[in-house]
Amino acid sequence: MKRLSPIAITALVLVAGFALCALQFPNIASTRVVANLLTDNAFLGIVATGMTFVIISGGIDLSVGSVIGFTTVFVALAIERWGIPPYLAFAMVLGLCALFGAAMGSIIHIFDLPPFIVTLAGMFLARGVSFLLSTESIPISAPIYSTVSDFAIRLPGGGRLTAIAIAMLVVLVAGAWLLHLTRFGANVYALGGSRATTALMGIPVGSMTVRIYMLSSVLAGLAGIVFSFYTAAGYSLSAVGVELDTIAAVVIGGTLLTGGQGSVIGTFLGVLIQGMIQTYINFDGTLSSWWTKIATGVLLFAFIGLQQGLIALSRRSAAKTARAHA
Amino acid sequence: MQAPAMQTNVDLDSPLLEVRGLSKSFGALKALQEVDFTLRAGEIHALLGENGAGKSTLIKVVTGVFARDAGVVRLAGGEIAPRSAKAALDAGIATVYQEVNLLPNLSVAQNLYLGRQPTCFGVVREAEMRRRAKALLNGFGLDIDVGAPLSSYSVAIQHVTAIARAVDLSARVLILDEPTASLDRHEVEILFKAMRQLAAAGIGIVFVSHFLDQVYEICDRITVLRNGRLIGERETASLPRLELIRMMLGRELAETTETRAPAHSGAMGEVCASFKGFGKQGYVAPFDLELRHGEVVGLAGLLGSGRTETARLIFGAERADSGEAEVDGQAVRLNSPRDAARLGFGYCPEERKTEGIVADLTVRENIVLALQARRGLHRPLSRREQDEIAMRFIRLLDIRPPDPERPIGLLSGGNQQKALLARWLATEPRLLLLDEPTRGIDVGAHAEIIRLVRDLCDQGLALLVISSELDEIVTYSNRVVVLRDRAHVEELKGEAVEVSSILAAIAADGATAAQGAVP
Repeated sequence: MKRLSPIAITALVLVAGFALCALQFPNIASTRVVANLLTDNAFLGIVATGMTFVIISGGIDLSVGSVIGFTTVFVALAIERWGIPPYLAFAMVLGLCALFGAAMGSIIHIFDLPPFIVTLAGMFLARGVSFLLSTESIPISAPIYSTVSDFAIRLPGGGRLTAIAIAMLVVLVAGAWLLHLTRFGANVYALGGSRATTALMGIPVGSMTVRIYMLSSVLAGLAGIVFSFYTAAGYSLSAVGVELDTIAAVVIGGTLLTGGQGSVIGTFLGVLIQGMIQTYINFDGTLSSWWTKIATGVLLFAFIGLQQGLIALSRRSAAKTARAHA
Repeated sequence: MQAPAMQTNVDLDSPLLEVRGLSKSFGALKALQEVDFTLRAGEIHALLGENGAGKSTLIKVVTGVFARDAGVVRLAGGEIAPRSAKAALDAGIATVYQEVNLLPNLSVAQNLYLGRQPTCFGVVREAEMRRRAKALLNGFGLDIDVGAPLSSYSVAIQHVTAIARAVDLSARVLILDEPTASLDRHEVEILFKAMRQLAAAGIGIVFVSHFLDQVYEICDRITVLRNGRLIGERETASLPRLELIRMMLGRELAETTETRAPAHSGAMGEVCASFKGFGKQGYVAPFDLELRHGEVVGLAGLLGSGRTETARLIFGAERADSGEAEVDGQAVRLNSPRDAARLGFGYCPEERKTEGIVADLTVRENIVLALQARRGLHRPLSRREQDEIAMRFIRLLDIRPPDPERPIGLLSGGNQQKALLARWLATEPRLLLLDEPTRGIDVGAHAEIIRLVRDLCDQGLALLVISSELDEIVTYSNRVVVLRDRAHVEELKGEAVEVSSILAAIAADGATAAQGAVP
């Protein structure tokens, strides 16, 4: 109950917000809009799942936006210019991302550096390399791209659950399974509680760190592939600042920025809230789309304040139970 | 419980853990010299000694945190040389520290089984894990909700959880490092019950504590270390308390030949500061204390008896919740170190490295720090003034090398201590609190610091000095206040200031004192 309450509040915000939107624009409450919301935020949901692991383990990954940008450029070039079959290109880019994440995780662990700095360097590096590859937007016309974007499950009410939305849902379910039900997941929470203690308890902290950043980078790569399907192009300037949207989604979803607490489901809700705000602004038509950022900022403040309040509260109740047991 | 059951018929006299001729140095400091230690299966063995005696070093060498320089460690006859805490744990030596090394954000069950949860196709079997956790803790007399986060339980329950985890990992030796320091009486009972059960099941327990009453309550045997050397191993039952304290503090009664400085027996100055009923609940019991100009008051007592706590209260680092303080006859507030510094108090803390020096700054910067802080940021000392002050004290206190621009971290311990003294002397204090001023410095510097203390006193400064070295305290103190169990229990003055009388006061039976009870 105590662990779920931040999620409960996030869910409440989502439901209340959606209800308000639907009151003003009844059309919002349709499977069409909701399915589009999932499609538009598919890449965000995928990358936020990885970020959830990183933040719960007490770290942060600022490189994900750049990794998405790099992936789109690499995939576009590989398919259109180098003539590599799309599936092979996907496998190659995911492999590169895994190496990239492993390198960041190793540096963080071996040199005991703050993840903020290491992944900031990773962010510049990945963005720089994608500019090096190409500075222009490269359209992708491979047949698989039209096949995939034509594919969709028809929902009652006219909604289309697209392939990339399905990909996001699969990643979310797999992520929730890994985080909440396996030893690996328990170790992620342990790392966020205290690195030193986790090491003393015999958990291989180094390999855990490497694997967590690998996971984040691979999911960012996957998000990049999804993004390339979404835009049917590769562009080195795509997904600039997405790392911050991602962190915002994770925090709004109830994950503690200091680590040790959080959930994948909460992150999903956080992504949906951001998508909902964007949808509302689209419907309104008169608002600048930058209002999304302002609303996200206000929500972030509210949620961080809420988290601090809950922490203080649970500390007080912990002290009370401690006394009761004494 | 599973682990204890597997060792039912143990020979209780066979050595389980044997340490022979262990030595360890840190640079010039010999932390351990040829120390022997023997732990038998099924006994609870106290490891005692004052600060710097080598207890922690011994534990850290045995548990693989430090590498040893020389010596042998045998576990159940086989030689071991663990390189990490994990290796020691794998060998069967588990350690539980004063700060619980578990994860407060995870459930009790996850804490017990982290890294070895029962799984089925990669999924942790939560129900099975909780059932096992519950059964394990039941063996220790705890019936709690193991699904709740560890942070929702008291420190005693967290300690028992840590012990349960260690024992369940089939530990044969359990080292408890100050486990009771933050527990109240009832919680100590929970812990002791668990310890007795484990000992009965054949596990050897090393118990490090500075609460002697607890040692006498639970331990079968006592090993005393002092200054990195083994002083002796005795059966608790045949070791009188006075004898034990003598072993720990290191003076035979007959040896007390130190004479006090004649200059100190004479007239004393005006009252500088006085405290009435000054204290803080659960920290130091209320005390009365008068400090005079030109007088050294020594604070004696065992580690954890409330000496440092007294100094911190007087300096405002902890806020007193009862009593009054007067300086020069005027009632004053002492709510923060700032208040105290404004009144002309200076404090050289015991932890020189963490609380005193700023290692990366130069000697000059360290010396002017307190003076600058008192003047405030708006009136900076000019560089010329800083140089002047630094050089004056470097000459006066003979700080070596006499280079004000050298980072203080590169100086020897004795010279760092002198620079710290200089920091406070530069503010021209009227009351100086020195906590273990001679800790960890070599013999030559030791004598110089003592000479300095006397000189300062002759110049009319009021001094309050804390030291574990009783003959040192006797040498320079006009009066000695003896502490026991966080209370001032006796004040010795004049002819009564002798090592033997201090020892007697410390050892007086603590039956009336609230032993270990620091709620």
